[in-house]
Amino acid sequence: MSQPVAQEKIRKAPTSVPDRLFSSLSQASAATILLLLSGVAFFLTVVGWSGIFGDIEGMSGSDSFVEYVGPLVFGTVYAATLALLIATPLAFAVALFISHYAPRRLAQTLGYVVDLLAAIPSVVFGIWGITVVAPLLSKNVYPWANDNLSFIPFFSGTASTSGRTMLTAGMVLAMMILPIITAISREVFLQTPRLHEEASLALGATKWEMIRQAVIPYGRSGVISGAMLGLGRALGETMAVAIILSPSDGYFWSILTNQNSNTIASNIALKFPEAYGLDVNRLIATGLVLFLLSFGVNMLARRVANSGFSGAAG
Amino acid sequence: MTANSEIDMPAQTAGTTHSEETSVEPVIAVNNLNIYYDKFLAVRDVTMEIASRSITALIGPSGCGKSTFLRSLNRMHEVIPKAHVDGVVQLNGEDIYRPDVDPVTVRRRIGMVFQRPNPFPTMSIYENVLAGMRLNANRLSKPDADEIVERSLTGANLWGEVKDRLDNPGSSLSGGQQQRLCIARAIAVEPEVLLMDEPCSALDPISTMAIEALMEQLKDQFTIVIVTHNMQQAARVSERTAFFNIDEPGQPGHIVEMDLTEKMFSNPQEKATSDYVTGRFG
Repeated sequence: MSQPVAQEKIRKAPTSVPDRLFSSLSQASAATILLLLSGVAFFLTVVGWSGIFGDIEGMSGSDSFVEYVGPLVFGTVYAATLALLIATPLAFAVALFISHYAPRRLAQTLGYVVDLLAAIPSVVFGIWGITVVAPLLSKNVYPWANDNLSFIPFFSGTASTSGRTMLTAGMVLAMMILPIITAISREVFLQTPRLHEEASLALGATKWEMIRQAVIPYGRSGVISGAMLGLGRALGETMAVAIILSPSDGYFWSILTNQNSNTIASNIALKFPEAYGLDVNRLIATGLVLFLLSFGVNMLARRVANSGFSGAAG
Repeated sequence: MTANSEIDMPAQTAGTTHSEETSVEPVIAVNNLNIYYDKFLAVRDVTMEIASRSITALIGPSGCGKSTFLRSLNRMHEVIPKAHVDGVVQLNGEDIYRPDVDPVTVRRRIGMVFQRPNPFPTMSIYENVLAGMRLNANRLSKPDADEIVERSLTGANLWGEVKDRLDNPGSSLSGGQQQRLCIARAIAVEPEVLLMDEPCSALDPISTMAIEALMEQLKDQFTIVIVTHNMQQAARVSERTAFFNIDEPGQPGHIVEMDLTEKMFSNPQEKATSDYVTGRFG
């Protein structure tokens, strides 16, 4: 107490300039993220407000907002779910192959190639979908599925000859979300403790039995959160769907026909250039709905990833 | 620990003769076994017989190849790519390294307990015990499963402590209990031999005592081979002891001497053994 000068010296320990600079930079970055997110949410809400509650007379069509956005939400969720159903088993198998079956060099190459898939712009996927996948499927697969499986409602209706169907969109979306699901699954499979694998092998497990007993239970929550992240990406995907899908207004369960519910993002991309007046607000309001949908999925993914029912968390 | 004095007796009385000359039928017979990791010779030229229903301890300094040797007895060392052996290991007269033998079937007959307790974290205590029984597409009726769980947990001295919470996860137990759960899991499939790779090295002294007491009971039914860093443990629990050593780092480990435990600790033939058991190195 009698030596305030000395204390001052200790308190003002040599904080170097780079130290402080980095600290404030990272704080500013964190603040920017929050600001951006709340800014987007604010914009969507304010501008979208009149699209939801505004005068229907001023908009094209005579639907209320719920009637307008309903089929879009349905289409969005439907396409993303289809993509997820196709991509998850595939990603699961590829990840297991990379982590436990492939020789090291092949595993590395394969992992790299799968990661590269994520670097392809979505518009390229769209063009690939419309020029390659759609004609291929509509010629070889859809007629057969339509003939033989039409007792299942999903395959009923008149099969599209252009291939611009919900199924094609779902498959191309699946290719796009494959990398993230594969990468995350691969990582958790690789993290299975050697002790657990050996415990299983020492009991006389075959390789597949060992994987079922030790690896899959351990990696389950990782695979689920990977799938959720993929779902989040599929929900917001715009260009590929906009290029491939032949949209109609309404709810359609059939996945082989030319009549498909559009997705929110694709609908915005297609209609925004020509929209004016309150139609713009309505499109932005659908964006708000998509924002909330993705937000919910991400929250769910986080919840699942942190939940205690996996070995990784316990 | 208790009431096992009569079990200790044969070892005591047999102390005057060499182990190799006793009339006990060997369960495992190892002949000129060399163990390689790729091109590196890790253990050279082991010849050994392991007597039925007894405890055989493998001791030696770190890196002498005793764990590698143990793992070669149920072909677990093969989980490391390019590990291989030459020589013969016979289990009740059958060569387990014959080309047409699947390591999976070997491991079903020779169980293993590891250094650190490794119950499956996603399974309940009940399911952990049955993990080995669920393999091989085995279908178990509920009464059979219950019976196996009770018998195995009783055999592992754990039944009384866990019988009211069989549905709890295996990881909810203490370290010593987890290790006994792993022993229960290993004996549930009724193996002919139980290999233990330093089973107490991660445990506190009280849990260690519990495991040692358990081993005394288990040897009535199973042939046990234990690797231990702890010479006192080898002296306490085993009938026979094999001493492994390396000449210098990078050289292959080899067996220096094997004999009745009592003799190994009181009057070993080799100077290296006596130096090791008296704590002069290692």
